[in-house]
Amino acid sequence: MMMQVKQRESISKGRVRWLESLIHSGLGLCALISIITTASIIFILAKESFGFFQHVAPADFFLGTSWVPMFEPSAFGVLPLLWGTLVVTFGAAVISIPMGLASAIYLSEYATASKRAIIKPVLELLAGIPTVVYGYFALTFVTPLLKILFPEIQVFNALSAAIVVGIMVLPMIATLSDNALRAVPDSLRQGAYALGATSYEVTTQVVVPAGLSGVMASFLLAISRAIGETMAVTLAAGATPNLSFTFLESIQTMTAYIVQVSMGDTPSGSVAYQNMFAVAALLFVITLLLNIVSQWILRRYREVYQ
Amino acid sequence: MNNSLKISIPRQQKILRQRHAKSKLFARACAFVTWMGAALLLILLYQIFSDGLSWLNLNFLSSFPSRFPERAGIKSALAGTLWLISLVAFISIPVGVATAIYIEEFTNQGRLSRFIDLNISNLAGVPSIVYGIIGLTIFVRGLELGRSLISGALTMSLLILPVIIIASREAIKTVPMSIRSAAFALGATRWQAVWSHVLPASFPGILTGVILALSRAIGETAPLIMIGALTYVAFVPEGPMDSFTALPIQIFNWISRPQEEFHQLAAAGIIVLLVVLLAMNSIAIFIRHKMEKKLQ
Repeated sequence: MMMQVKQRESISKGRVRWLESLIHSGLGLCALISIITTASIIFILAKESFGFFQHVAPADFFLGTSWVPMFEPSAFGVLPLLWGTLVVTFGAAVISIPMGLASAIYLSEYATASKRAIIKPVLELLAGIPTVVYGYFALTFVTPLLKILFPEIQVFNALSAAIVVGIMVLPMIATLSDNALRAVPDSLRQGAYALGATSYEVTTQVVVPAGLSGVMASFLLAISRAIGETMAVTLAAGATPNLSFTFLESIQTMTAYIVQVSMGDTPSGSVAYQNMFAVAALLFVITLLLNIVSQWILRRYREVYQ
Repeated sequence: MNNSLKISIPRQQKILRQRHAKSKLFARACAFVTWMGAALLLILLYQIFSDGLSWLNLNFLSSFPSRFPERAGIKSALAGTLWLISLVAFISIPVGVATAIYIEEFTNQGRLSRFIDLNISNLAGVPSIVYGIIGLTIFVRGLELGRSLISGALTMSLLILPVIIIASREAIKTVPMSIRSAAFALGATRWQAVWSHVLPASFPGILTGVILALSRAIGETAPLIMIGALTYVAFVPEGPMDSFTALPIQIFNWISRPQEEFHQLAAAGIIVLLVVLLAMNSIAIFIRHKMEKKLQ
């Protein structure tokens, strides 16, 4: 009797140990997927871009000012696409950074709990709206409105894309900066008030500088998102690579170009197909750098309070 | 200090008044900007509903896309979205939660876990269109799955995995160490402690993260366009290998047409999309509320 129980116990112990190590490696395998994903992103983009650079000199790609990928004679200068992305991102930043920071200051320094309870869900809803909806908003609301102000504006234009992308990243800046400002301990505020500072002085000279690392990181993340944003700019900004500093004309961003190629039937292996990967690689590198810098700022300049 | 002594008292009072006026103005400006941002949501919703509400009826829900706006509907798109989201949930939830458990419970927070950590936060910042390109290369062309539901679901799963992992890790982190210690003291293995104690305790948090991630997947358009889902589909998909269309793609298709009627159809489609999103989020809030009560 005792023997049997002991035997069964040792069998079940062995089974538990075996199951445990099985589960351990199964979980590890799942964690591996994220690393494989990164590796395949880098591998695929690098491989196809390499193929592209066999046909087109890197200098022509990075410094060329003409982008005519579909017709002969073709030209693969990426600057017009990069410029289009920069114009939209710049416009979006001009709108979303001041508004986002002001909202964050209002939320963390001025708003009562009940007002916060209204604003926070509204920001979450704005952040959760699919980007294609913002594209619709740009075409049917923002552009007609702009037409009243600027009668010469084109149907597809950089300005309405910049405005909706700005609205899109606004909740991100507001939420992340709000978190950063709220992490500043109250003792700093009270100290400043005790010295006779007004709330404006406390906010701009104590609270914002103390939370600056988080605030800056939120700006960079928002800019990175604006650069990678696809649907709203595809719908609103048009498909004309354009190297002039204009908000009223149609432009094309890097992301919109990638969409344009994928919607046509470009045979794989052709130069036009490969240059899509080169553009995507450039996009990937830019957003990755911005993300890394923002993480670095967070780590390096985080003020730690006890 | 010396300077202020030299300034006459009326002048000092004037400076003080100015400082307070400036402060008040600043507070008002911040409040104004914030409420203006909130008002944007109302404007956006008003625009959508005023355009699309009149097109929203049973016919719209039960018809296939059509060249004629009055006959067009979203039956195939709605079915495609439901298929897609079920497949994505089926793939991404187990993998995402397992990764989070592995990092939080099974590694010793050393170099490896820091590396995975860095990797995941960078993946979360990769533009969705890049995932689309990867999906096109690996799933559609490499594994020859074609422009099918499963290609779309796998691509979308890669896209939302970082979100699920990050949210699940946060939820697991909030479970107090004492719960694990108690389980270990009673002879539980690591997995037993995780399965019977850590997971149930962190379930509400994980669920919230998962639903937010799935809502993102429902609205994402660019990766699906990349894998070639922008086609005319006039049937309801019956299996993972079928080609499909989805709500955001149908909406994109309608917005890109010049006719006014199609824009209004797009608005009606957006209303359906927002209702689906709202329903999912309400379920998340409801379940979380219930679970939190139970745990206390």
